[in-house]
Amino acid sequence: MSGAPPAREPTAPRARGALRRAGPPALLLAAAVATWQGVAGLDGVDDLTLASPAETLAALARDLPLLLDAARVTLLEVVLGLALAVALGTVAAVGMHLVRPLREAAYPLLVASQAIPVVVLAPLFVLAFDYGLAPKLAIVALICFFPVTVNLLDGLRSVEPDLLKLMRSLGASRLATLRRVELPSALPSFFSGLRVAATVSVIGAVFGEWAGADAGLGRLVLLANNQLQTPRVYAGVVLLTLMAVGLFVLAGLLERVAVPWKRRGASA
Amino acid sequence: MRTGLEAPVAPPHKLKEGPEAIAVRDVTRSFRSPRGDVLALEGIDLAAADREVLAVVGPSGCGKSTLLELLAGLGEPDAGTVAVTGERSREARLGACAYMPQRDLLLPWRSALDNAALALEVQGIARPEARRRALPLFERFGLAEFARALPAELSGGMRQRVAFLRTLLAGRPALLLDEPFGALDSITRAAMQEWLAEALAAEPRTVVLVTHDVREALFLGDRVAVLSPRPGRVVTELEVPFERPRPRRETVTDPAFAVLEERALEALEDGGR
Repeated sequence: MSGAPPAREPTAPRARGALRRAGPPALLLAAAVATWQGVAGLDGVDDLTLASPAETLAALARDLPLLLDAARVTLLEVVLGLALAVALGTVAAVGMHLVRPLREAAYPLLVASQAIPVVVLAPLFVLAFDYGLAPKLAIVALICFFPVTVNLLDGLRSVEPDLLKLMRSLGASRLATLRRVELPSALPSFFSGLRVAATVSVIGAVFGEWAGADAGLGRLVLLANNQLQTPRVYAGVVLLTLMAVGLFVLAGLLERVAVPWKRRGASA
Repeated sequence: MRTGLEAPVAPPHKLKEGPEAIAVRDVTRSFRSPRGDVLALEGIDLAAADREVLAVVGPSGCGKSTLLELLAGLGEPDAGTVAVTGERSREARLGACAYMPQRDLLLPWRSALDNAALALEVQGIARPEARRRALPLFERFGLAEFARALPAELSGGMRQRVAFLRTLLAGRPALLLDEPFGALDSITRAAMQEWLAEALAAEPRTVVLVTHDVREALFLGDRVAVLSPRPGRVVTELEVPFERPRPRRETVTDPAFAVLEERALEALEDGGR
């Protein structure tokens, strides 16, 4: 909304910029992997204590079908849990935005709900919802609900007062203002919340599986750990990390599609 | 910058001729602030006839914007009455005025055309129909080639024109313009003043124009009310004896214009004491 001149960069410099941004973290990661390999190769470092990157890769290759089967289960839990959190979070944020008493009553409770340790809740959910998909969904949704709701609510509430006055003067109803002004304005904020939710969602699914599951990457990692198959544990962790990063990137891409008027860089 | 309008010259409207389209009587309004109540407007009396342009000029913080918000039905006075087209109720004022705030406030995800059409959409008109009705206005006011541009691709002057078309499309008898060119550089500003004068000749409305620029007030207004610093009071009212739209250079170099400007500036100084 600032009076900035049109900023449509040509594609080539932007691609080069992306490369430049990706360079330093890639280098740091390579250095970390190299150090990891070095430490793992030291005398006195047990294979059981620390699997080297090479061993992890070997485990990944060897156990790939097994790992992918488990990953599919976990991914389903994560995606469905996220979707549930987005649906409930949107309803909650819009409700709290439109109904002020509701916001005043529910907001402190919402914040307090974040203080509940999910690790403790996970076994309770398994007791309540049984072994299947349901308790994992509940945990993922519970973790993701907070960032989605709070960010969307902030976005809805940060629309300029002058713009709301203008809408009132144009004769817009409350819902017309919500639909045409507040919801679109809140999209960047919503996506910030979604990106945070995407990264923590995987943690939720793993907790859920640890509390009781017969499939999934979290369960696989736990079993492998009990069976002292350290490389397989590492391979599982690598896949879980990739899953979280992938979801984060996907949320960013979705934002680009949904919020084309907001050029990246300002909000990253 | 010329719009190529065959503007019919609006007859000079005098207050006595018709019923008052806008009537502000003895209006007082204060605000609660952390340092106690602040009086923004004190005993304001103003009136504008149908299709008259009333320019309100005053220093920053004299309550000009507050006055417009009261007229627009976005607030109520503490004392006194505000009436637009003879109606005093807040709902009636909301329905009778189109308010144009200082900044263009265009929605960055909507094209220029869709931003203007928003005024129709919120009245329940479907978007294709709203676009169909807004487009002729873009053509008439020389903005057709910018209709599909996003606000970020437009200059400050262009954005302000789009915001003005949005105000027109609201279809209200009274336009309330709050320093519409305050954020523009002086060259763009001059061009915009001429554009607005022609637009108002083509689409006559009752206008209350708030500005801190005496020349702008005299160039655009049929009458100019000078307000004092806070609390805002009417120091003086000046009749501008030129027909609208006025050729800029001839008008501002006219000795009568210079006299009016001098009197307005004096009134501003007096109000400050």
